[in-house]
Amino acid sequence: MTDFPWLIPLFPLVAFAINGAFGPRYLKKATGVIGSAGILGAFAATVALWIGGVHSDTPDFTLYRWVSSGSFSIDIGFVLDPLTVVMLLVVTGVSFLVHVYSIGYMAHDESFARFFTWLPLFVFAMIMLVLSNNFLSLYVFWELVGVCSYLLIGFWHQRKSAADAAVKAFLVNRIGDFGFAIGIILIFWNFGSLNYGDVFASVSDKSPDLMLLIALLLFIGAVGKSAQFPLHIWLPDAMEGPTPVSALIHAATMVTAGVYMVARMRPIFEVSNEALLVVGGIGAFTALFAASIGLAQTDIKRVLAYSTVSQLGLMFLALGAGAYTVAIFHLATHAFFKALLFLGSGSVIHAMQNQQEMSEYGGLWRRMKWTYFTFLLGGLALSGVFPLAGFWSKDELLASAFFKGVASDGSWAFTVFWIMGLLASLLTAVYTFRMIILTFHGKPRNAELHSHSHESPISMVAPLVVLAAGAVALGGAVGFPPEHGFIHDYLYKVPGVFHFAGAGEITAVISLAIISTAVAAFGIVAAYAVYSRRQPSPEAVAALSPRVYGLLYRKYYVDEIVNYGIVGVTKGIGLILWAIDAKIVDGIVNLIGWTVRATSSLTRRVQTGQVQNYLFLIAAGAVVSVGAFVIFR
Amino acid sequence: MSIPLNAYLLVGAILFSLGTLGVLMRRSVLIVFISIELMLQGVNLTFAAYGAFLEDMAGSMFVVISLTVAAAEAAVGLAILVALGRRVTEFYVDRLDTLRW
Repeated sequence: MTDFPWLIPLFPLVAFAINGAFGPRYLKKATGVIGSAGILGAFAATVALWIGGVHSDTPDFTLYRWVSSGSFSIDIGFVLDPLTVVMLLVVTGVSFLVHVYSIGYMAHDESFARFFTWLPLFVFAMIMLVLSNNFLSLYVFWELVGVCSYLLIGFWHQRKSAADAAVKAFLVNRIGDFGFAIGIILIFWNFGSLNYGDVFASVSDKSPDLMLLIALLLFIGAVGKSAQFPLHIWLPDAMEGPTPVSALIHAATMVTAGVYMVARMRPIFEVSNEALLVVGGIGAFTALFAASIGLAQTDIKRVLAYSTVSQLGLMFLALGAGAYTVAIFHLATHAFFKALLFLGSGSVIHAMQNQQEMSEYGGLWRRMKWTYFTFLLGGLALSGVFPLAGFWSKDELLASAFFKGVASDGSWAFTVFWIMGLLASLLTAVYTFRMIILTFHGKPRNAELHSHSHESPISMVAPLVVLAAGAVALGGAVGFPPEHGFIHDYLYKVPGVFHFAGAGEITAVISLAIISTAVAAFGIVAAYAVYSRRQPSPEAVAALSPRVYGLLYRKYYVDEIVNYGIVGVTKGIGLILWAIDAKIVDGIVNLIGWTVRATSSLTRRVQTGQVQNYLFLIAAGAVVSVGAFVIFR
Repeated sequence: MSIPLNAYLLVGAILFSLGTLGVLMRRSVLIVFISIELMLQGVNLTFAAYGAFLEDMAGSMFVVISLTVAAAEAAVGLAILVALGRRVTEFYVDRLDTLRW
């Protein structure tokens, strides 16, 4: 029963085509329903595929031959295995809820139809990215989701900040995609094929150095797409897009493409421990780095953006530790609670008339109880509180890093990464509850806005409730008992998935769980102690340690470093090259022209316009030539 | 005693050279025009002299044709001069330099 997977991308594609062709003029508000229906169809088809049964040895599904040239051929084909199915369930499920939510959120926007044109196109591209069974179509759809991201970040292109953010996202991603493209070219050069199956089968024949190089180049692509340090700078700016876009693309799905890609390329990464160390190191550093920035941000969506960067870092930490199952598990639970938090923040922003600064919020929980409770559940899940979804996945994730650190074939570096991950979890709990307290508790800091706030319409609240149910129950439902839950058994069907060392030492697992829960609880209490009881103003907190606060508030000056360092140097080189072009290259051309003109201004003096001069020259010429003929005959 | 051929040729050459000098050196357009006729007659005289000396009719025939063409050329040339005279006041060759550069 696996001959219908082409239906999955078809539904969103049709919705995109209909909305794009007829949306703006004829369908208008109906585009929202069509878009949602298309995604629902894709979700239903995915569920059918899941129930139909997909195994690790399910053959690739070939739609048609795309490129055929000599011995080289590329099919548009789908790789059908449990990893694909899990990703598709997350992508289509969360997308559907975000579509429904958007009908309410975007109701007053005049470009409603345009929004519901790009959103299904994005879902189509993401589905195809996940389904691709070769590097070329992976790359094509990798770029297509990037284009959709660009279009949706810049959705309100009338605002300069939104247009700038879209360009920034595109440019920063370009850097990552450049490495990704070189990696794919190297693969084709050395393997002569771009199909996953062919490449993975002959990985062990190649030199480890080559595989390390390819793995690192592919990882650069993942760093760009999944916003890891130092290419994380585009994601916080991407919050200029509409909030549902932030929830869907920049938290739940597209940014996890890098995690998915590394998990999919598992055989390539596993060849060298160095590659895994780099993946884990970048992940752990980014997790801690971004979480600390999240402490000082005042814009509610930016807090969530840095939180996303941090959580993606944790996923890469798990990938580095070889715990692919856990990374995908955390990806799935994170998609639910982070989409929930983003949509909840959208509900707040909607109620506060597009004000995103938390300094204008406060005391909102009485006004919007549904949003508050769902947001609170999402925050608890993000902090990793038992027994919500985040607890199961994050706990296993940190445990995988710990066991990698103590394992005989592991590296002590992973013990350091584990500590960094724990600190990141602590900071996660602090900034999450700082955000919740500043938004929903205390006294209203802007009475005017507060008096106009109201609960959001049903189409916005309903997805919140569904996502909250997922954030509460998903982790325990699929992840219990640890190591042997439904998702583990399902994904372990993928051959060669690392079953991390120490699994089964139940006392170690439980004590690690207790440590990470204690850390989360401590973070929540600390946030409560600082932000709720004394009701400090942001200025008062900042005054505690202006230097640290400034460092965090300015995001470690990464943007400034990039601006003055990389952008400035590039601009300087550009100016030099421009000078070379303008002065030297153009100068040579001008010199040629000038020489010709100077020469001709001399020679044109012969042309006097005096007929008699010409005649004299003719006569003299005739005399000379005839004379010469007579004399030298 | 007949006049030797060289005498005719000498007179023809002198006429041609005088005409050439006139064309090259005189400023007045009309005189230049007359000088051209003078050159033409020098050539004609040479033709006629050779024709008689070699007892060949072709020389005389060329003179007749040349005179006919010269008459037509004179008509056209004078017409141009009249048209030119309506456009410019100074009728000198060195003033008519608008073809320069």
